[in-house]
Amino acid sequence: MKNEKCKIKNEKWKTSASSSGFHFSFFIFNFAFLQQSVLDPAGPQAARIGRLWWLMFYVEAGVFVLVGAAVLVAVFRKRKERKKSSDEPDTSPEPKRERRMTRVVTGGIIATVLILFVFLAGSFYTGRALYSTDDERALSIKVTGHQWWWDVEYDAVPASDTVRTANEIHVPVGRLVKLRLTSTDVIHSLWVPNLNGKKDLIPGHEIVLTFQADREGEFRGQCAEYCGYQHAHMGFKVVAEAPEKFYEWMNQQRAPAPEPANEAEARGREVFLKGPCVMCHSVRGTNAAGRVGPELTHLKSRTTIAAATLPNTRGHLAGWVTNSQEIKPGNNMPPVPLEPGELQALVAYLESLK
Amino acid sequence: MQPPAASRINSVSLSELRPGEPGPPAAEVKNEYEENAYAMNEGKRLYEWFNCVGCHAHGGGGMGPPLMDDKWLYGSQPDQVFKTIVEGRPNGMPSFRHKIPDYQVWQLAAYVRSMSGQAPFDAAPGRSDDMNTTKAEQAKGKEEPKSGTVPKSAEMPK
Amino acid sequence: MKTETETLAVVEEEEEEVAAEQEEGEEEEVREGDLPEEEERRLLEKTWGDDPGFWGWLTSTNHKSIGRRFIITAFVFFLLGGVLAVLMRVQLARPENTFLGPDIYNQIFTMHGTTMMFLFAIPVMGAFATYLVPLMIGTRNIAFPRLAAFSYWIYLFGGITLYAFFIMNIGPDQGWFSYVPLAGPEFSPGKRVDIWSQLINFTEISALATAVEVITTVFRLRAPGLSLHRIPIFVWAMLIMSFMVVFAMPAVMTSSLFLTLDRLVGTHFYNAAEGGDPLLWQHLFWFFGHPEVYIIFIPALGYVSSIVQTFSRRKVFGYTALVLSMIATGFIGFGLWVHHMFATGLPQLGSSFFTAASMMIAIPSGTQIFCWIATLWSGRPRFKTPLVFVIGFFFIFVAGGLTGVMQASVPVDLQLHDTFFVVAHFHYVLIGGAVFPLFGAFYYWFPKFTGRMLSEGLGKLNFWLLFVGFNLTFFPMHQLGLNGMPRRVYTYPPGTGWGNLNLVATIGGVVMTLGVLTFIANVLISRRRGRVAGDNPWGADTLEWSTSSPPPSYNFQRLPVVQGREPLWVRTEDAPVVEGLRVDCREVLVTRTLDAEPDNIMALPSPSIWPLMLALAVTPTFIGSIFTPWALPAGMLLAGGALIGWGWPKPRDERCERKRVEEMTDEERRKEAARAQ
Repeated sequence: MKNEKCKIKNEKWKTSASSSGFHFSFFIFNFAFLQQSVLDPAGPQAARIGRLWWLMFYVEAGVFVLVGAAVLVAVFRKRKERKKSSDEPDTSPEPKRERRMTRVVTGGIIATVLILFVFLAGSFYTGRALYSTDDERALSIKVTGHQWWWDVEYDAVPASDTVRTANEIHVPVGRLVKLRLTSTDVIHSLWVPNLNGKKDLIPGHEIVLTFQADREGEFRGQCAEYCGYQHAHMGFKVVAEAPEKFYEWMNQQRAPAPEPANEAEARGREVFLKGPCVMCHSVRGTNAAGRVGPELTHLKSRTTIAAATLPNTRGHLAGWVTNSQEIKPGNNMPPVPLEPGELQALVAYLESLK
Repeated sequence: MQPPAASRINSVSLSELRPGEPGPPAAEVKNEYEENAYAMNEGKRLYEWFNCVGCHAHGGGGMGPPLMDDKWLYGSQPDQVFKTIVEGRPNGMPSFRHKIPDYQVWQLAAYVRSMSGQAPFDAAPGRSDDMNTTKAEQAKGKEEPKSGTVPKSAEMPK
Repeated sequence: MKTETETLAVVEEEEEEVAAEQEEGEEEEVREGDLPEEEERRLLEKTWGDDPGFWGWLTSTNHKSIGRRFIITAFVFFLLGGVLAVLMRVQLARPENTFLGPDIYNQIFTMHGTTMMFLFAIPVMGAFATYLVPLMIGTRNIAFPRLAAFSYWIYLFGGITLYAFFIMNIGPDQGWFSYVPLAGPEFSPGKRVDIWSQLINFTEISALATAVEVITTVFRLRAPGLSLHRIPIFVWAMLIMSFMVVFAMPAVMTSSLFLTLDRLVGTHFYNAAEGGDPLLWQHLFWFFGHPEVYIIFIPALGYVSSIVQTFSRRKVFGYTALVLSMIATGFIGFGLWVHHMFATGLPQLGSSFFTAASMMIAIPSGTQIFCWIATLWSGRPRFKTPLVFVIGFFFIFVAGGLTGVMQASVPVDLQLHDTFFVVAHFHYVLIGGAVFPLFGAFYYWFPKFTGRMLSEGLGKLNFWLLFVGFNLTFFPMHQLGLNGMPRRVYTYPPGTGWGNLNLVATIGGVVMTLGVLTFIANVLISRRRGRVAGDNPWGADTLEWSTSSPPPSYNFQRLPVVQGREPLWVRTEDAPVVEGLRVDCREVLVTRTLDAEPDNIMALPSPSIWPLMLALAVTPTFIGSIFTPWALPAGMLLAGGALIGWGWPKPRDERCERKRVEEMTDEERRKEAARAQ
C-alpha cells in the first residue's frame, strides 16, 4: 500500500522533471523516503519541543501582525491639515504628544520584555524536561559519524555481544534511547526531526542525545552539519518497533553471517573475500574484518544502501558495487570492475546476508 | 588527471611465486598523483585504512622497514613502489594484487614517496588529526634515495 | 592648554573678506578669508583635489574617491555573490538535479557566503562610512586618508585573489564558517582553505583600518558645536560598528591564523588527539561571527534613521533611546555567540545564559522599531523610494527578528539549527535588515554622490520586484527547514517532498534577480539622464546636504558650526562658520571628543602612491606564504620598503606642518598674533 503510493508520487516527479527540462538522474532514485517533520512528533522529546514551538509561533504571529499594522497605520493614517507648509520639517514636536508617544513606546518595550520572559521560562522548562531524562533502563547505542555514513553499535554485556550495523538504528517503542555520539573524522550532526533535536558528532568529544519513540514507524534522519562532498547523501533511518520485534531483530543481528546456500552465493563469497571488498568491509563469520566501511554481516536486513541514498535492491547493489562514484561522487568506495558473472555471484552473496 | 597506465601489473597475475629482485632499472614512470594534494592525501588515508601502519608505522618502521629514510630495498621510483605493493616482497610484505584498485595503489605510492620527501612539499599532506609521531610529510626534508643491492635475506634461494 | 586654537577665528559668514597680507621673504601662507571667494575655491580645489590623470586616480587619498570605489567594488561583489546564489537555486529547484556536482556546488555555496559577508556586507558599510561620515560631521577628509586608500587596495586585491583561485577551480569548498577538522589539513588537502584564510586576512585588515579611521574621524574631526549628544544617528551607528569591528575582527584573524598554522606549519590548535580542540575554532569564529551580524545590521539602523527622519519631516523620535539601544546591541552582540553552538553538547547552564542573552537582544531592536514607528506616526511621511524600502525593511526585519527569538531557545534551536529554517531566518535579517536599508540608502544618497536623482518609477518597480521576489524565495524555506531539509546540501532525494517548495524559492530567486537588474538599469540611466538634484533634494537635515552635489573635493568651503541636532533644520540665518584654516594646505580642524570645541589644527597628507605600493607588497606576501615560508621574509622586505616610502617626508606636506606655539620664535609668534586679529 505504502509502496504503491510512493510509486505514484515518483511517476509525478518523472513527468514534471521531463517537462521542465531539468536533467536529473531520476532512474537511479525511483523510490520514496518517509516524510520527516519537526511538527509531527513521534516521541515525548519532539512533542515538548513542538509545544514550545507552537507557543512561540502563535505569540510571534500576533506580534508580527500588531507591528505590521502599526507600521501601516503610522504611514497611511489620515492627517489633519497643518498650518505649516507640508515640507517644513518639524524640529520641535508638540511635547504633550511626545510624552504620550513615549508612554506607548515604553509600553511596547515592557510588553516585549514580558513576552521574552514567558519564552525564556518556557525554554528553560522544556530544556529541563529534555535533559533530565536519565534512565538506567535506557538503551545505549554508540553512533560514530564517518564521511558519509553512520556506524551504529549497540552496547552489550558481555562486550562480545555488541551488535554493529550501519545507517539504520532500530529502537524499541516506549523505551528511552541514549545515543552516544562521536566522530572519527569531521563534525557531523545527527538529526531525526520527528524524535528530537540534533546533536553534533565531534571528534574527541562524546555527546549524548536521548529520545524515545512512542509509536512504531520509520523515521528518516540526515546529517545536519556540513561534512564535505557528500553531506547531502548522509541519511539514515530510525526504525521504531514493538519490543518483541526489536529483540528478535537484535538476536538476528548478533548471529554471524549465514553460510552460502548455493553455488552462486559461494562463488560470490569468494569474489568478496579475494577482491577489494575485504579491505574495508567486515562480514562476521568470514575473514573480512575491515572497519573502514559499513558492516555488511546482515546487509540484506537493511532497507537502504549508501547511507539511505538507494533502496536495497539487487539492481542498486550491483550498480553501487560497479561504480558508486557515479551515484555518490567523492565517496570512499572505489569502483570495482568485475566480470558480469562475478558481479552476479557477488550480488547473490550480498543478497543472502539477511 | 590520470595515473600512469599500469594495469598490466595489477590485473595479470604472472605466477604464484614472486621474486624479490628490484626488477629492471626504473623506467622513469611519472606518477602525476605526486603533484596532486588531494590524491596524496587520499594515499595517506588509505595507508591508515589498509593498515600499512601495522608494519611500517607512520614511516618509522616496525615489523616492516621504515619508509621515511633514504634506504629503498626495492627501488624508490614510483613504478617500483607500485610493484612492491601489488606484488608483495619477501619477508612479510603481502601482495595486494586484486585487493586495491590501480588508482589507489598509485595514490599510496605517491604518499609513500612523500614520507621521505620525494614529493613536492607544497602538495604533500599536512599533519593529521591524530597523535603525530613524526613530522608532517610536507615538513620533511628530502632524503636522497639509496637503492642498493637486494638484501641477502631477500635473495632467491639458489 | 594653549595651542593654535588661538589662531582660529570663528567669524560670521557675512563678514568682509580680509585682504591678503603680503609677507616678504619666506613662502606665503594662504588662509581662508585671505582671497576672494572664487579664487579661494580654486585654490582649495587645487589643494584638496586628486592629482590629474591616471596617476591621480592611483594616488587619491580623498575619502569620496575611496568611498565611491569601495561602494562600486562591493556592489560588483554583491552581483557576483548573487550570480552564485542563482546557480545554487537552479541546482536545488529539482530533487537530484545534476546541474552542478557536489564539488562545484560546495565551492559555490562557500564563495557565496564568503563573498556576501567579507567582500560585500562589511566593506559596503565601511564604504558608506568613508564617504558620508566626514561630510556629515563637517570636515574635509577622513582621518588617516592614506590608510583609507590602503584599506581599499588591500580589499580589492583580496577579492580579486579569491575569485582568481575560484576561477581556477581551487576555490574554497569548506563553507564560509570553515569548521575544523573539515577545514583542517587532513580533510581539506590542497590550497583551497589556505586561500580562504588569507582572504580573511585581506578583508579584516581592510575592515580594521576603516574602523580606526571612522572612530578617529568621529571623535576628533567634528565641526565645532557638533558635540557628542548632537551627532546624527547615522554617525553613531558607524561609530558603534567601527568599535565592534575593532573588537570582533581580532578573534577571526586569530582563528584563521591558527588554522593556517595547523595546515602549513603542523601545529595542533584544533587537533583533539594532541590536546587541541575543534570547538576552539567554533568559539573563536562565532565570537567574531555573531557580532559580525550586528556589524552589518547597525549601519543599516543608521540609514533607516536618516531616511525615516527626512521623509517623515520631523526629528526622529527618541534620539537618546535609539543611541542607547544601538550601544546596547553592540555590547550584547558580543555575548551570544554560543547560540551557534547549542548542538555541540555544551553544559545546559551555560547554554541557558546564552539563551537569555540572545533573547535580550530583541529588546533594543524592539526599541528601535517602536521609535521609528512613532516617528512615522507623528510625522508627515512622503513616499519616496528610500522610505518605501524602509517600510519593506520593517516587515522583513521584524519577521526575521521574531524567528531569531525562536532560535534563541535551546530546545527549539536544536530542531531548527543548520536547516533551511535558519537559511530563511538569516536572509530575513540580513537582506531585510541590511540590504533593504542599503538600497534605500543608495536611493537616498545617490543625488549626493552623483548630482542626479534616481528614477522614482524604476525605484518603486525595483522595490516591488525585490520585495516579492525575496519573500517568494525565502518564506518557503521556513517550511523546508521544519520538514527536515538541512543546509548546505547540494541536492536532496525526491521522496522527501521538498521539491515543490524549492521550486517556488527558485522562481522567487529569478524575480529578485529582475529586481537587482532594474536597480542597475536605474543607476545607469539616471547617472546620465536623471533629474539634476541640487544641494538638498530631500530637504534633509544633516550637513552633507549643505554642500553641492556631488561635493567638491574639499567638502565645505567653510567648515560649518553646528547649532543643534538637526543642523540644517535648526540653522539660523546668521550661522557662524569656521575661518582661518590654510587654503594651500590640507588642513582640518581637530576638535575635542565630547563637546567638539576646537582643539587643534592638523594638516592631512597629500595624495600618495605608497598605500597602493604597500598593498602590492602585502598581496604577494599573503598569496606566496601559502606556498613557501620564504614569502614572509621577502614580503617583510617589500612591505618595509613600502612603509619607508609611506613615512618619507614630502616637501608638499612638510611645508604645511604648523609649529606649536611653544616652538615658535618671538617673531613668528608676533606674526601669528597679528594674523589672529
